[in-house]
Amino acid sequence: MASALTQPFTTLPGEVGAPRRTPRWWNRFVRQPTAVVGLALLLAVAAVALLAPWLAPGDPLTGIGPPLQPPSPAHPLGTDDLGRDILSQLLHGARVSLLVGLATAVIATLVGIVVGGLAGFFGRWVDDALMRLTEFVLVLPRFFLAIIVTTFFGGSLLTIVLLLGLTFWPSTARLLRAQILSLREREFVVAARAVGAAEPAILTRQVLPNAMPPVLVNASLQVGGAILIEAGLSFLGLGDRSQVSWGYMLNSAQPFILIAWWMSLFPGLALLLTVVAVNLVADGLNDAWNPQLSDEAWR
Amino acid sequence: MAAHLPRYLLRRVLQAVPLLLGVLVVNFFLIHLAPGDPIYLLAGDGGDEPYFAAMRQKYGLDKPLPVQLGLYLLGVVQGEFGYSFAYARPVFEVIAARLPPTLLLMGVSIVLSTVVGVWLGVVCARRPNSPVERSVLVATLLGYGCPAFWLGQLLVLLFAVRLGWFPVQGMVNARADYEGLARLSDIARHLALPVATLSVLHLALVTRLTRTGLREELGKDYVRTARAKGLPTPSVVNRHALRNALLPVVTVVGADIGTLFTGAVLTEIVFAWPGLGRLLYDATLSRDYPLLMGIFLLVGTSVILTNIVTDVAYAVLDPRVRYT
Repeated sequence: MASALTQPFTTLPGEVGAPRRTPRWWNRFVRQPTAVVGLALLLAVAAVALLAPWLAPGDPLTGIGPPLQPPSPAHPLGTDDLGRDILSQLLHGARVSLLVGLATAVIATLVGIVVGGLAGFFGRWVDDALMRLTEFVLVLPRFFLAIIVTTFFGGSLLTIVLLLGLTFWPSTARLLRAQILSLREREFVVAARAVGAAEPAILTRQVLPNAMPPVLVNASLQVGGAILIEAGLSFLGLGDRSQVSWGYMLNSAQPFILIAWWMSLFPGLALLLTVVAVNLVADGLNDAWNPQLSDEAWR
Repeated sequence: MAAHLPRYLLRRVLQAVPLLLGVLVVNFFLIHLAPGDPIYLLAGDGGDEPYFAAMRQKYGLDKPLPVQLGLYLLGVVQGEFGYSFAYARPVFEVIAARLPPTLLLMGVSIVLSTVVGVWLGVVCARRPNSPVERSVLVATLLGYGCPAFWLGQLLVLLFAVRLGWFPVQGMVNARADYEGLARLSDIARHLALPVATLSVLHLALVTRLTRTGLREELGKDYVRTARAKGLPTPSVVNRHALRNALLPVVTVVGADIGTLFTGAVLTEIVFAWPGLGRLLYDATLSRDYPLLMGIFLLVGTSVILTNIVTDVAYAVLDPRVRYT
């Protein structure tokens, strides 16, 4: 039991009796060790991405040492075939992965909210048309589409992010639509309607906020998915060649796999840790918002 | 239910037609969105003027876009998928020649990961919160975040280079000319690491789904009834609960075919497996656009067809759902 002494003193003089409480989902989130580990890892990767130029011992794109050196005090993670420092590349590579992951999830979530919201709200032919479109985008093999488009136009980060964002939204749209359809019939929405609230206001004030948790969980899973697809594209040599990325590092590692294990091990480990961190956070958010539906996010 | 099935199947096939058309239209617009004269995408840049003129005529490149789209669709219906300029053969033939190794890889991997995944899922569901379940769950988490091609590289380093248990790459030993059984076992040895690589993601997915589904089912009334009747636990789990728990697994195995193709392509490149992936990689290097389009079309069509098969399988397996 918390005594008055251990209770944080957060009540301002003006507020009567209602201390600002941390939201309940946050309390549930931090109670899960796995989620906290995931968040810590993710923040670490984000810090590395932001501070890469200051943290890295050298320029990631120019050779600063002898080629194909195993890890040594001078180059803690070794050097690649062009004498570039693996550690410097690794630190800079965090930028591409995080940027692509986050930007894709943001675009996909925004498009998905618009499509799913319109479909769920208007129903009838709008719903039909938008759901047909959703089904269609869902069957498009996005990785193969991305291969064609990047071969045609070159794989700038913008192209890749747009392409992924515009193919990742169907799951968001479907989730939100299903949420809206079920929430519309709930008592609190019916009550709002009964007291004369306008439909658009009901949608934005009552339905959407309650429909958001699964959408946001889905968005965090999309971050991981997009990071892996970008890595796959870069592994094929179709990514943005002006940036260091972990996928591209694995692409350069492939021909030297028999003689330079360090070229392959570290970038893959970085990818693995980042995606696992993102998925742990997604899992944690899911459990925090909806304890009964744990594991739902993995379907 | 059975009487409804043919009609349901027909309806699903009809629903798939616009999707297929959509994939073709995307394909068509990609050709025209690409920089440069589309003739180079359709005919390659190695031809001479008369050849280009003939191809322009054939694809109606001097006509308005809708007419061209019509001509393109008509060609596809007649089995014309373009001409690969790197291989100087019809795209259809080039792909068909390289498809079997990929199908072998995908087929073995899907069967193996589904069987092992269901087994692991059952183990987890029957021992909730045990160390076994925890380690399996951690493994699935890692399986989810693991880029398949990197895992392939690690497996090569460990099992092919360091331990020498499996060959580094390829599908057959080029130096030996095996026949019959020896040839089969040679292919199996080459297949082991690529299959392991490709299976990981799917294995994680199936394990998770089976565990969640089975745990849910085991809490239901009919399971309690079966137990109260005195049925032994294996019978309750395997004959009653598991059947219901596997329904979502069917859907996921079916819906995952696109991801599986993606994984196969990346895996094949790591192991120099002589299938579609290698073909695709070479096509990006030689900018063999018709070939790229052909592969895109193949994967898109496979996804649509697998979705139909999955839905129909679901309708057959689940008598609770009535489709009209």
